[in-house]
Amino acid sequence: MFRTALRNVSAHKARLLMTVLAVMLGVAFVSGTLVFTNTISDAYQKSSAKGFDQVDVAVRPEYQDSRGDRVGRTPELTRALLDRAAAAPGAASATGVVTGFTAIAGKDGKLLGDGWQSAGGNYWGTEDARYPLVAGHAPSGRGEVLIDARTAERAGYQVGDTVRLSVDGPVLTPRISGVFRTDDGNVAAGGSLALFDTPTAQALFGKKGTYDEIDVKATAGTSQRALKTALDEALPAQLVETTTGKRLADDQAEMISTSMSGLKRSLLVFAGIALFVGTFIIANTFTMLVAQRTRELALLRAVGASRRQVTRSVLIEALVVGTVAGVTGLAAGVGIGAGLRSLLGAFGASVPDGPLVVTPGTVLTALAVGIVITVLAAWLPGRRAAKIPPVAAMSSVHAKATTKSLVLRNTLGALFSAAGVAVVLAATTMDTDSAQGPMGVGAVLLVIGVFILTPLLSRPLIAAAAPVLRVFGVAGRLARQNSVRNPRRTAATASALMIGLTLITGMTVMAGSLQTSIDRMASSAIRADYVVSMANRGPLSPDVARRLAGVDGVTASSPLRNGASRIGGETEYLTGVDGSAIGRLTDLKVDDGSFTVGGSRIVVDKDRAREHGWRVGSRITAHFEDGAARGLTVAGIYEGNDMFNGIMLDNEVLTPHLADPADMRVMVRTRGGASDGAKDRLEKALGSNPAILVQDKKDISHDIARMFTLMLNMVYGLLGMAVIVAVLGVINTLAMSVFERSQEIGMLRAIGLDRRSVKRMVRLESLVISLFGGVLGIGLGVFFGWAAGELLGTKMPTYELVLPWGRMALFLLLAGVVGVLAALWPARRAARLNMLAAIKAE
Amino acid sequence: MTTTTTADRATAVAARATELSKIYGQGETRVVALDRVSVDFRRAEFTAIMGPSGSGKSTLMHCVAGLDTFSSGSVRIGETELGSLKDKRLTRLRRDKIGFIFQAFNLLPTLTALENITLPMDIAGRKADKAWLDQVIQMVGLSERLGHRPSQLSGGQQQRVAVARALASKPEIIFGDEPTGNLDSRSGAEVLGFLRNSVRELGQTVVMVTHDPVAAAYADRVVFLVDGRIVDEIHGPTAGSVLDLMRGLPGGAGGTATGPLNCELDAKGRAR
Repeated sequence: MFRTALRNVSAHKARLLMTVLAVMLGVAFVSGTLVFTNTISDAYQKSSAKGFDQVDVAVRPEYQDSRGDRVGRTPELTRALLDRAAAAPGAASATGVVTGFTAIAGKDGKLLGDGWQSAGGNYWGTEDARYPLVAGHAPSGRGEVLIDARTAERAGYQVGDTVRLSVDGPVLTPRISGVFRTDDGNVAAGGSLALFDTPTAQALFGKKGTYDEIDVKATAGTSQRALKTALDEALPAQLVETTTGKRLADDQAEMISTSMSGLKRSLLVFAGIALFVGTFIIANTFTMLVAQRTRELALLRAVGASRRQVTRSVLIEALVVGTVAGVTGLAAGVGIGAGLRSLLGAFGASVPDGPLVVTPGTVLTALAVGIVITVLAAWLPGRRAAKIPPVAAMSSVHAKATTKSLVLRNTLGALFSAAGVAVVLAATTMDTDSAQGPMGVGAVLLVIGVFILTPLLSRPLIAAAAPVLRVFGVAGRLARQNSVRNPRRTAATASALMIGLTLITGMTVMAGSLQTSIDRMASSAIRADYVVSMANRGPLSPDVARRLAGVDGVTASSPLRNGASRIGGETEYLTGVDGSAIGRLTDLKVDDGSFTVGGSRIVVDKDRAREHGWRVGSRITAHFEDGAARGLTVAGIYEGNDMFNGIMLDNEVLTPHLADPADMRVMVRTRGGASDGAKDRLEKALGSNPAILVQDKKDISHDIARMFTLMLNMVYGLLGMAVIVAVLGVINTLAMSVFERSQEIGMLRAIGLDRRSVKRMVRLESLVISLFGGVLGIGLGVFFGWAAGELLGTKMPTYELVLPWGRMALFLLLAGVVGVLAALWPARRAARLNMLAAIKAE
Repeated sequence: MTTTTTADRATAVAARATELSKIYGQGETRVVALDRVSVDFRRAEFTAIMGPSGSGKSTLMHCVAGLDTFSSGSVRIGETELGSLKDKRLTRLRRDKIGFIFQAFNLLPTLTALENITLPMDIAGRKADKAWLDQVIQMVGLSERLGHRPSQLSGGQQQRVAVARALASKPEIIFGDEPTGNLDSRSGAEVLGFLRNSVRELGQTVVMVTHDPVAAAYADRVVFLVDGRIVDEIHGPTAGSVLDLMRGLPGGAGGTATGPLNCELDAKGRAR
């Protein structure tokens, strides 16, 4: 039997090719993901381990949330602590580490990088072992800075150049005193690092006289563990915690692999979708192969093969196909992994170098996935093959497609679909957090239901296309009839396409709706003409708000200042605003009371008010960072959103209690509204700071749109794989259907259907099947998009379903293109058919 | 169709093969399927082509019907010379001038009987001649079953649909390839009766390949092929005369001495 199975594989090479390709793509996706994530996390781990070379024990402040009613403040690592650490037995030296945000401008004055990875730090003393200098000398004072070699090279800076920097507001223009090398992961991943001398760094980052961390180096012969013990004794335990360098490296490695596994999981989900779609194709192919070989299989039975042997021969075939697909898929996957890495590099997010990691696990997974999926998908067709009676060997005609009633199937499908719709609808009425599970279950049920129902749906939906097809005359009519001839096969083919399009459409609907609503929220709640923020959304120096308030033409401005407090024993974050201006800068819906902020009068959002049981007039006591308490009165309750929420109070009340005031944003209103001139004046007032963004509403919308576009494009790319697999399925089905109908096609040619019409007939059939899948997918996608939106809508008052008609039309068009492309080869084959051979009775 | 062409039909030749040869392969594997065959098929005549397996009878039909290419010689359908036609023109010729009846019925399972019958016209994008269509359907006795699909029809009924399809477009000539090969004798007789009626009553031209002497007896003329050559023909055959003649023919395994036998049988056939 094994030999028969092998012969069959080689006899049907062409027909199995699509199956192999379909499985291969899925396997390649899986193994590519594994190779890529393993390689990246390996490289990061190696590079981060190097980063801890200089650290034997790290001393960090003991973080405390709160003590009593006072908001917790982190203990300070002072010079005195550092000296005590350095004097501990076994300690060779101690380095104080200061870190912060530092934006570097390129020669064109624009920010280097995207702002998220622009870091700053301190250079310890005159020779810092952490940062070996390539050129120049250690920085000294505000007038000098070191920058990392990668950034210097990228921006074309040299020692002696003047560079524009910004930490939290004012622009600095120090001279580059030197360039250093670093294995810092942030820099390796495309970020920048600027170093000042320690006092300057402390001043700039708002940490006068203190450090973020003290790194202690052990003397030769002292173990990290011994040093840690010594430090624990030497330093006050309630203020600091100590960690060995090895532990830090391990933690970092762990963190990297955790974050990688998130990426891995989401990539594998998409790979799973592609594989799932692939199973349809495998099942379809084997069903058709078995149907075509009815006589052959019956003959085997007639000469004494048992049912089990027949099934096994089909499964062995599947095994061979699966193995080939697994091996080629693995090879392709290694290629994909390498490709992805260099692709990341091309996007500027350079990844630390390292060898390509192909673990035995990856190899095993790839092979197992390929083989298991193929054999499982071929299981049912194999069982069906065993049911062929030996007498079928004697009958002359092709096995007819099973005309088994669809009643059971339709009933089952209807039940699944109804249950799915019901669960999804029920989920939309639940609250957002608990509804996610039911929503997912409902979605899966509905997809399965629709999949089971596709044979039933195919008739009316394809009949609806009849008027269009009529234009194409006989070819159109035959195409329509052919496409509903084997509803199961059409269904399986269309479903493969449906799945991809459902996800794509659902994502598009959701993203579009979200984008619109966020956009609307931003524009409806903001009355300010400009919103000023840090490029990394980090804190702004209060200096920025002061400067902006003084710009000519500014009629109102207010910072949104951060402040923590304890209210009723719980930590509450406060937003400090300019009480006299905030009403003219925001347009928030007030549910109760009035939007008045000033003195002890505050406003709170609806959710917080409900949480605490506050009403207009409620009196509350807030304990600030410095321990002082203050009585406040709720003047109004407003509807919050992502940008504005929480407790707003006047800065005149808040600021005196803050040791280090910092603003998240500054809102500005100018005379005559937003204009290029106004924007220019604002930017100039800030010294054309590369780190500070001055955005009008349009810029904000643009930012939001860009974020969504980026996300959607990524999703499209990943789901594109599922669509490609579906295309293979359409090709496969058409090729089979042409093969099965060769006699008919021969007859049609004989009685006068020309080659062009034959081609057109096949193409139209393909088009009909693809569009059918497309319509189903887009329909389901819109439903899911709507349902998900209903959920989100409860959290976002401005949410409204936006149907991307243009995109949807594009997807339908895409389905059509898929159909036409998939038909190219089968249509050619049909047109080239040998008429005489085809007409012959058998 | 105009009246003049109908008038021509009575006398003219519907299809003619001249010195027609068909050779497969080269050198060692060279097989001569047709060896300089010349034959006329006159209008309003029912011709049967007979011969042992491998004699080239099907090949002859395929070449004359424009289904297959030939190596040399010429074939005319009506006024059209086939040898020079490209696939597209040839297809159109088959569509407009030729009707086909196959052994395996070859109906489209998705179409109803009526739709199958009008298929050639649908392909051409022409309207069927209603009166003629009714007449044809009446003749083959399918009026009651026009809405049925092939799977709901018996073999005989399916072949009657095929006959009606071949006739429906009023072709110049109808070719049948063992049209009764898959039928029981009663259904076969019916189908042959219709073919004969279409010649006698409707003035059609029919050429049929068969190996069944009984079927051949329905024809006006029987042409015998052996080894790619026409060796004999009978006019007004009976089953007996055909059978007798066949007995004398080499059984397909390369016989000799066909000449004398032919004369004798020929005479016999005509005597009846």
